[in-house]
Amino acid sequence: MSGADIWITGIGLVSAHGEGRAAHLAALAGDTPTPLDADSHAPFPLHPAPALELDRQIPKKGDQRQMEPWQRLGTYAAGLALDDAGARSLVAEMDLIVAAGGGERDLALDESVLAALAGLPPAEAATQLNALLAGGLRPTLFLAQLSNLLAGNISIVHGVTGASRTFMGEEQAGADAVRIATARLAEGRGQAALVGGGFVAARWDLMVLYHSAGLLRQGGFAPVFTRDDAPGAIPGTLAAFLVLENAASARARGARGLARITGVACEQARRDGQDGSAAAAARAFARLALPDGPLTVLSGATGVAGPTAVERDFLAGLGRDITLRSAGSRLGWGVEATFPASLALGALMLAEGVQPPSLEPAEAPMAAPAQDLLVTGFGAWRGEALAHLRAIPAEEQP
Amino acid sequence: MKHVDSRGRPIVAVTGIGLVTPLGFGVAANWAALLAGTSGIRRITRFPTDHLRTTIAGTVDLPEEAEGQVLTATPRVARMAAMAAEEALSEAGLGGGAFPGPLMLGMPPVELEWPHRFELARRAAPEPATYKALTLAATGWPELYETAAFQTVGETLAARFGTRGSPVAVTTACATGASAIQLGVEAIQRGETEAALAIGADGTVQPEALIRFSLLSALSTRNDDPTGASRPFEKNRGGFVMSEGAACLVLESLAHARARGARILGVVRGAGEKSDSFHRTRSNPNGSAVIQAMRNAIEDAGLVPGDISYVNAHGTGTPENDKMENLAMRAVFGEDAPPISSNKSMIGHTLSASGAIEAAFSLLAIRDQMLPPTINHVEPDPAITLDVVPNTCRAAKVEHVLSNSFGFGGQNVCLVLSGEPS
Repeated sequence: MSGADIWITGIGLVSAHGEGRAAHLAALAGDTPTPLDADSHAPFPLHPAPALELDRQIPKKGDQRQMEPWQRLGTYAAGLALDDAGARSLVAEMDLIVAAGGGERDLALDESVLAALAGLPPAEAATQLNALLAGGLRPTLFLAQLSNLLAGNISIVHGVTGASRTFMGEEQAGADAVRIATARLAEGRGQAALVGGGFVAARWDLMVLYHSAGLLRQGGFAPVFTRDDAPGAIPGTLAAFLVLENAASARARGARGLARITGVACEQARRDGQDGSAAAAARAFARLALPDGPLTVLSGATGVAGPTAVERDFLAGLGRDITLRSAGSRLGWGVEATFPASLALGALMLAEGVQPPSLEPAEAPMAAPAQDLLVTGFGAWRGEALAHLRAIPAEEQP
Repeated sequence: MKHVDSRGRPIVAVTGIGLVTPLGFGVAANWAALLAGTSGIRRITRFPTDHLRTTIAGTVDLPEEAEGQVLTATPRVARMAAMAAEEALSEAGLGGGAFPGPLMLGMPPVELEWPHRFELARRAAPEPATYKALTLAATGWPELYETAAFQTVGETLAARFGTRGSPVAVTTACATGASAIQLGVEAIQRGETEAALAIGADGTVQPEALIRFSLLSALSTRNDDPTGASRPFEKNRGGFVMSEGAACLVLESLAHARARGARILGVVRGAGEKSDSFHRTRSNPNGSAVIQAMRNAIEDAGLVPGDISYVNAHGTGTPENDKMENLAMRAVFGEDAPPISSNKSMIGHTLSASGAIEAAFSLLAIRDQMLPPTINHVEPDPAITLDVVPNTCRAAKVEHVLSNSFGFGGQNVCLVLSGEPS
């Protein structure tokens, strides 16, 4: 990556641990297990949403009513990030890149439609379907479902009205969102960007999809590299937004940086073909400029068997002394929010010199706070993404 | 020879175009039909339309469907996108091999659809079809995931055309196709790549999507007159007509294109965007964000409003959009507004594809120095004061075209397309 230095000047993080920097510093520094809900969506465990006081970030009830939980969560976290960066005055020209899934369906309506029609001959069911949907769908639900309406709501609620793009593509959308937001700022398009995504774990309408591909763990909690008994991801409600800024602009307005984004590289291997995931990750790694020697890694591993094994091999193949910590063991799998959340956690680690305790044998003891961090994102189905974060020396801060 | 623009960025050339719309397959068929003022809107036959307020749409009938196959959004979008890409790559002389750049794909959000839910319910029976039962019935069915994962269309196209790196799928509602082009243009401008494959595709004409738009009162209900239903800028316009299709542009740095002797079809000279914070489905009535997006694009192109010869309208045919676009045109261009026409009068609103399809038509307007018409212009609306190229195409000097795309959710993107620089 060429051009200007880019800093993370604010993070808006919501997970089962709570919200904001303090809750997540505590989660990183301690070994308190992440809250787990093993019952509501059994046999699939999940990390539940924390209680949020929505009025604090979405003051108008009318705005809240226009959204379902996914958009509310993302809009809330976006506001947290703006406050954390002290960047409310920049929103009119701020870039917005959101990694989005789809919004909630009306599950009760779907189930009632299926109860009424599943037994009918297909032609008759199709005709009846029109009537049941036309009478049953709420007009506002469409807007709550549209992927680009998380960005729309962030514009409406927080006034972020620069460039606005919404990326779709599970974990990789989150990585590409950060990559492209960073590249735009580095070449001097704009001075600040708000980038991230949100994910609500407690959703059968998504679990049906993830489970069809065998992506979900069944059973209790285990750290992501210790799931051989029942490989799979544990979905975690997660929202992560980052405020990225041109370092010179940040300094000029007196904003401190948490970490510097020194590079983001994304690849997408055809995993069923000859061009494997490890080779793709190696291509991405070659585009980063990590210093030689021992390497601290903040892994975005999901716990899904294939990509988690590939990541372990890829890291071993670097031939370096690796100290690994897993964001996924601490936050759960947040799909589109995963990569931005890993970067937010990584930025906190660097800014505060946190040395998270080990949660599993793959996590060797950490001798000293990291200065450089390799953040990984091997998507559950597709996508290999890497980022390099670097601590900002005190003398460079305003 | 100059290969950088006034800002020192690589000039971005278009060397291949591919089109699929309800007017036909391929650039030649589409452009001929568009200039002839043909409507591609018809009665929906793909599924029963009983109980629907709108029973018309622009539909692309794929060969598979003639054989009775039911295609949900993911395979439909992937199919049309691949057809458009094949044509564009072939024209660019890049067919066959791996494409030397990334894929920037504008597409709609996709999800499980009713045929999948019915199938899951059958598998779950005799259990009642609760979501939990459906989920357990999905065990060991990975193809289901691939029909509704957002990554699938990009992965399919990347595998087929050998694009580099991570395919980016973007959605900005009705501005999506323009956003995809913009992402490709930016990647070339900042030197990240010499080429990019930009595609906008949509294929969501299915009952639930139609009902959702109906519930927002966005669709025309002129069901007894399909070809007359899309009436942008006309007094009796009553909403847009849902449609589908795909367009692909092969984007290359001008230097790269010339070095390999490619034919230059035109350039994407500028792009501008501005989001609105006013309302989820309506633009601010003062038009500020739309006006700013248009101005940003013209400025990014290093031009002034007087340089624009023609505007390819967003022109959906909803009462509100067209009035606002008129207002914005007057704000940007004043008394001397250039002619503006809406392709949507003929092909309907192809949603995530429209920005790319309309950019393709804008380039063809430059190539042939012809303005496509706005059809169904019977009774002028006194509130629309523009030259909308009513009903019949006409020859004109077309140097720089502004293509407007304004999305639900307030995401507005405008592109400036121009001929090959001398």
